[in-house]
Amino acid sequence: MIRVQTADFNINDEIAALTKDRRDIGAVVTFSGLVRDVTLTLEHYPGMTERELGKIEAEARERWDLQSCLIIHRVGTLEPGDNIVLVVTASAHRKDAFEAAEFLMDYLKTRAPFWKREGETWVEAKASDDNAAERWK
Amino acid sequence: MKLLYFASLRQKIGMPEEDVTLPENVRDVGDLIDWLIARGEGYEAAFENRNIIRAAIDQEHATLDAPLGKAAEVAFFPPVTGG
Repeated sequence: MIRVQTADFNINDEIAALTKDRRDIGAVVTFSGLVRDVTLTLEHYPGMTERELGKIEAEARERWDLQSCLIIHRVGTLEPGDNIVLVVTASAHRKDAFEAAEFLMDYLKTRAPFWKREGETWVEAKASDDNAAERWK
Repeated sequence: MKLLYFASLRQKIGMPEEDVTLPENVRDVGDLIDWLIARGEGYEAAFENRNIIRAAIDQEHATLDAPLGKAAEVAFFPPVTGG
């Protein structure tokens, strides 16, 4: 499941919703990204954003055995300490959940059409992100 | 064809989107960039370094030599920085 939104999210609520009444989930892994010390503005390409995230999720589900998967990415202006992104993966056993979560983040960072601005300065893409995505090919 | 510009490209070009009618000799993304550059300084500045230009055709990532075909929408943007 994919959500792109301005609103904040609550990690505990999301995990609770995802695991409610399930008996097949043995492992839940979460990653959350936060804003560090500068105000960030996030813009995106409405339409393509959801589509790319959907593709990334579909690929993760093909490669790993996942019972459930959630990506939430915020857009708009965010302050230091704010949540930016949440990835939750749930599987029967931990290996799939851990690996899929890492894959989702590596692919999100190189494929999903978001752009960050720190004040007036656009953040530049990092080679280390491209390298991280490469290792999953 | 609708063209969309994001982030620093939008700032240099001065608008988020526009509708264009392309001449027949504009066949691929590279041709489209060449055609845009000829339209003015903002475009020239935006497309100065093709190494850091990314494109999408109908919301799918596309290389700079990808054919435009009957695309409805082409977007140009810098490398993505989400997450």
